[in-house]
Amino acid sequence: MSQSCTGRELLIYTIARLLNGVQHVAVGQSSPMPAAGAMLLRAMNQDAGKEDVQLSILGSVKHNSFTSGAGELFDCAAQGRLDAFFLGGGQIDGQGNVNLVGTGDYPNSPVRWPGSFGSAYLYFLVPRVILFREEHSVRSLVERVDFVSAPGASDETVYRKGGPHALLTNAALFSFDRDARRFRLESIHPGFDWRDIRTTTGFSYDNEKCETTTPLPDSKVLSTIRGRIREELHECYPQFAARMPGPD
Amino acid sequence: MTKFVTPQAMAEMIPSGCKLGLAPDDYGASPGLVRMLIDRGIRDLHVVCAPIGGMQVDMLIGAGAVSTLETSAVSLGEAGGAPCFNRAVREGAIRLLDGTCPAVFAGLTAAEKGVPFMPIRGIIGSDLLKRRDDWKVASNPFDEAEKIVVVSAIQPDISLIHAPEADRFGNVRLGRRREVMLLAHASKKTFVTVERISEVSLLEDEKLAAGILPAMYVSAVAQLENGGWPTGLYAEYPRDGGEVEKYAKAARSAEGFRAYVGGLGGAA
Repeated sequence: MSQSCTGRELLIYTIARLLNGVQHVAVGQSSPMPAAGAMLLRAMNQDAGKEDVQLSILGSVKHNSFTSGAGELFDCAAQGRLDAFFLGGGQIDGQGNVNLVGTGDYPNSPVRWPGSFGSAYLYFLVPRVILFREEHSVRSLVERVDFVSAPGASDETVYRKGGPHALLTNAALFSFDRDARRFRLESIHPGFDWRDIRTTTGFSYDNEKCETTTPLPDSKVLSTIRGRIREELHECYPQFAARMPGPD
Repeated sequence: MTKFVTPQAMAEMIPSGCKLGLAPDDYGASPGLVRMLIDRGIRDLHVVCAPIGGMQVDMLIGAGAVSTLETSAVSLGEAGGAPCFNRAVREGAIRLLDGTCPAVFAGLTAAEKGVPFMPIRGIIGSDLLKRRDDWKVASNPFDEAEKIVVVSAIQPDISLIHAPEADRFGNVRLGRRREVMLLAHASKKTFVTVERISEVSLLEDEKLAAGILPAMYVSAVAQLENGGWPTGLYAEYPRDGGEVEKYAKAARSAEGFRAYVGGLGGAA
């Protein structure tokens, strides 16, 4: 069944792998793939008899147990009660800076994105922030962002427990070295090679000539995605779930 | 004392030029009443999004009702970017106070507690900080080596929210959406549209009481069934995704936006 795995299913599985070992993962608004990856981790842990994972899917009634409103997420993060979170970004640069605001000169950005949401805070406090941006291009992965919503690194005068852990796109997976403030190419998804990644990435990174292929989900994982995960996603992301392949 | 008024009367009670606090789409947004504000030609608002804006905010911007927008983001969710917001940014038509969600909550918390500012983690090194005169970097008074951001209190003149239920004494059920409670606590006045009105006091049931906004914070209540439409109301009804998509398409041009708000019926 692995041969028929879709690109999105590979990303969902990769997100679940990146979350391995976390106890509490939160997912922001409008993030169906990270939500699916977090749900898959929970399902895989349950199948393997491992410790249960706490999910906080913002926008969900069923998969969110906060009772103090949206602010509770931020309080949890500051106390160290949240292990992983996801950030997107119209632009991500080679130092791990993210831009969720817009291109060109602020404030009259010719292309404006929604805004920074919680990024300028959570990036400092959540140990494992996964940067997720499906588009892999010199437009989205740039040398230097036009606007810093949240910086990739800080000096020692700033309280910082969190930051970038990995960058996942529809073509490749990078890790981030916080001391060197640089990305490292870890694996390339099937259908691309290292030259494709080099020409579509706007910043420099380590391990350019990477030969590792991103692992595909096995048939058991794939049927979990197409069954249980698709069903769990339906509450918050009905349109997204409807476009996913269903069970055989 | 909480006043019970018609939605039309409530729309008249919100003046042009005020600082207006609004809850996010699907969690307390009141697009039904916002449509009435647009119809009566409200202008020059300072809108505080607590902490993000959606369709109702985009409509206010499209109608030319907003002079200052304080927000962490404006988006239509699954329907994509907010077209009137994006256009206004490009054209420089609104003054923008870009923020981050927990800083909005920190500012509202300061107002709730009656103190001038609140410290908050993160933010240092973000370009947001360069653009905010109401945020400063301070030293931790207990550890001079540590820098920390402080944000000014945010106190809306009026907050407008939509909720499932009020009782006839003016108590309003918000349930676990306590960020809406925070917005109400921080604001000078809170106006609430509701789906229905209970004859029995909501404070009598101990199981509900912790999720009730007491009447002392509530200046006025108006019954407006389906007042969250076409966005949703938490734990009551989902958003009408097709209608929000229709809006997103129409509002891509200023003419399309005007045709949409001109042609749309009331919330019912």
